[in-house]
Amino acid sequence: MRKVAVIGAGMTKFVRRALETPKELSFEATKAALDSCGLRLEDIECVAHGSAPDAFDGVHQKGEYLADGCGGWNKPTMRVFVGGATGVHAIIHGWYHVASGMFDTCLVVCEEKMSNAMPHAQGFFLTIFDHTTERALQPNLLWIFALEKNRYMQRYGYTKEDMALVAVKNKNQGLKHPASQFKDPVTLEDILNSEVMAYPVNRLDVSPVSDGAAAVVLASEKVAKRLTDKPVWVEGVGWSLDTAYWGTRDLYYPRYTEHAARMAYKMAGIREPHKQINIAEPYDPFGYKALHHMEGLLLSPRGKTVQLLRDGYFDMDGNLPMCPSGGLLGVGNPIAAAGMMKICELFWQLRGEAGERQVPGNPKLGVAQAWGDLMQVSSVVVMGS
Amino acid sequence: MNRVAIVGVGCSRLGSTSRDVSYREMIFEAAVKCYEDAGGIHPQDIDAFVASSEDFMEGISIADEYVPDQLGAVLKPVQSITGDSLQGLASAMMHIQTGQMDLVVASSFSKASNVQHYENVVSYACDPVTVRPLGENPYFIAGLEMQRYLYETGTSEAHCAQVVAENKYNALFNPLAVYGAKTDIEQVLASPQLFSPLKYQDIAHHADGAVVVLLASERKARELAKKPVWIKGIGWATDTPNLDSRQDGWGDAVYARLAARQAYKMAGITSPRHEICFAEIDDTFSYKQLQHLEALNICARGEAGKLLCQGEFSRQGGFPVNMSGGSLGVGYLHEANGLYKLAEVVWQLRGEAGRRQLDGVKTGLAFAWRGIPTATGVAVILSNLE
Amino acid sequence: MSNRQYIQGGIGLSEDDIQQGKVFFAEDSLNCRYAWDMGVAIERYLRELKNGRIIAKSCNECRRIMVPPRMFCELCFRPSDDWVFVQDTGVVNTFSICYVNWDASRIKPGETPHLPAVIEIDGASKGMGIMHRLGEVDPKDIKIGMRVKAVWKPAEERTGAITDIKYFKPYQEV
Repeated sequence: MRKVAVIGAGMTKFVRRALETPKELSFEATKAALDSCGLRLEDIECVAHGSAPDAFDGVHQKGEYLADGCGGWNKPTMRVFVGGATGVHAIIHGWYHVASGMFDTCLVVCEEKMSNAMPHAQGFFLTIFDHTTERALQPNLLWIFALEKNRYMQRYGYTKEDMALVAVKNKNQGLKHPASQFKDPVTLEDILNSEVMAYPVNRLDVSPVSDGAAAVVLASEKVAKRLTDKPVWVEGVGWSLDTAYWGTRDLYYPRYTEHAARMAYKMAGIREPHKQINIAEPYDPFGYKALHHMEGLLLSPRGKTVQLLRDGYFDMDGNLPMCPSGGLLGVGNPIAAAGMMKICELFWQLRGEAGERQVPGNPKLGVAQAWGDLMQVSSVVVMGS
Repeated sequence: MNRVAIVGVGCSRLGSTSRDVSYREMIFEAAVKCYEDAGGIHPQDIDAFVASSEDFMEGISIADEYVPDQLGAVLKPVQSITGDSLQGLASAMMHIQTGQMDLVVASSFSKASNVQHYENVVSYACDPVTVRPLGENPYFIAGLEMQRYLYETGTSEAHCAQVVAENKYNALFNPLAVYGAKTDIEQVLASPQLFSPLKYQDIAHHADGAVVVLLASERKARELAKKPVWIKGIGWATDTPNLDSRQDGWGDAVYARLAARQAYKMAGITSPRHEICFAEIDDTFSYKQLQHLEALNICARGEAGKLLCQGEFSRQGGFPVNMSGGSLGVGYLHEANGLYKLAEVVWQLRGEAGRRQLDGVKTGLAFAWRGIPTATGVAVILSNLE
Repeated sequence: MSNRQYIQGGIGLSEDDIQQGKVFFAEDSLNCRYAWDMGVAIERYLRELKNGRIIAKSCNECRRIMVPPRMFCELCFRPSDDWVFVQDTGVVNTFSICYVNWDASRIKPGETPHLPAVIEIDGASKGMGIMHRLGEVDPKDIKIGMRVKAVWKPAEERTGAITDIKYFKPYQEV
């Protein structure tokens, strides 16, 4: 099989409301990624891009609309879509463009401009529900995550405070990320005293809506070795989509994440993920999700994750640093771009270029994961230096 | 590069409406037919699934959620491409070419009859700042394109009308086709002017239906299929989405030129008119078929209309086009357009095309366009030859 | 070397910039309407809801009784078998107490919060849950594992919709 490397990465700042249009945000991230590896658009053979629901922008066929901003004009350009998991999935989409032998270079670009949706992007999530059996109940997206979180907590006896620890950790870590949309540190009390939106979810347990874009450049082995001394390899990819009848699944465990992780680990030749992986970037749109996903990623034993968190196991200097970027909670959550931000983070971390966020000990292997649709899909990518 | 074959094709019933089935039930029908066509495979044995859809056509945000169940793909690698289903096919093919997978499904469907304000949906595909506020029915873009194409090539409205007459006639021999009819140039020319020079009859009408296709690695194809059909080449390309930057793209289908170049290169084709036996080519609007034939290098610019009227593209001609009836005759299946065209090519290459079967065909071309206001197209070359 | 130089763009605007017209913006309100075909299974589901009953479909291969009903079993990938009426009672699998409306606006002071829950329907296979609302209950008293029963709209008000069940309320078996 052809090896595929990440050779460049770039992103915009994440902000609550960007001046730039979706095309312009895409352009900024794309240009930054190209500059980072000294390439020009004519060196790129194809574009693989990703963005979450068209409804945010009120733009039908948004992949077509974004194409020129992503550098796709007069090139093979294709947009992939797996809901919230799109950001991490996009690199898988780019990976097979190159691994197939069809192309030697590929730009992978993710963009999201949630502020276009007025008055609030949340309202547009009503249309993700089944149009007959669910939408009439007027659900909000927070509802179903609260349902999942409640089930997860009840199953293992976790408390709201346990879950809030993730937001404290990630939000304070995110302050070190130059693209973060936050400036102020938070305490556990801040999280627990923030508005209850949907018990057991408080306002600060939730990542913010954001605008932003992120991009990476992929290359085949031959091209990568010519262009850089420090390629970061895509070692394993996996993804899995569970049934749309989400009410029939027991929500306490993300079995789809385990399926995706096993697929990625198998490809990467990883037998003992919790021992072999040095950095984890699990998807953390809500605090509890990072822990939920660490279990699904087989990086933490089920029901023991809070204890490990409290013991510092997932700290920057712990055994398995979790979300060194600050994650969605700490940097911001422009949906697809946020997943791609995690890929950028692994790229920088594995090259030792993450500045004050750098994980010590010369990390060799990292995993990034994103989650989406109706709490039903995971995309997992293992990257190695 | 690893070779990939089509080993199963399934198509649901098509119709101008499909009141009796939900989209789930419709796709299930196509999936069952596809898996039976591949020798009775169970979806548990399939490695991955790629759907092609657009949220606004389904009235669902994140339509990807509702993909797995009706394909038998629960807890499998599943993803969606927001593109024509031939882009989805390209994605599925690349999955296999990585060497990581042997069997991958590409699927797509249309429930266009459920969309109550289709023109609004199309207008939402236009730039929200520079085009949409003009408040025009978005089909005006097709009128502009057609005008420019006729002007640049000397093609006449009668040539375009002949496309409609031929395709609707061909559709009479396709039991799946929804809009077969016996009509003629005069009747088409006399139909109401909508976006002049584009007339009512120049426009393909919507249809509902689902198409599911199974792709296989070479090893698996030999194991499963009596008559594998090989993907010899594939290419896709996007011209600018900005109407104001389209330059050559108003009169010429630049995206088709680029997509074909990639597909022909991969297939080793230098003289498409002679090396390819027949084609299923996008005819969303009558002029598009002619414009696409030229951009695909089947003939020179300005030649397609004349060759059509000489019978070159008919059943007895040198290069039969749209024997299925095309979108004008079969019905416009939105994101599923490309896969339906591919299915037609596969049936022809297997000798299973019934009354529309062409003799001794070896290599076929399917080409899909994503419709206004886009400038994205996909070309696929298929062959029954080793 | 640090990644800082490869972060560019993302110019933040404030709410004021828009309110005070410091930046231009285009507004559009989407007008999309759909008439989704229900198909065989959901059509029957809705018709029975109108009759004040919940209907399911069985799969004789995996032995599941599935609600909402479906014409095919997504796991066995075969047509489903028999129509089966199930109870309008069940068990709360999980719940939430929500102060946020579907459009992210907040409920008004004094209003009862939304009480969505996943309810495992009695008579369907273990774990077969549907999302619905709870009612006639103090939010403090809701527990996972609690038994609940559907409260139906009066027959003449039912339209063949999931909302023909107003909500599920706590219920003690006698």
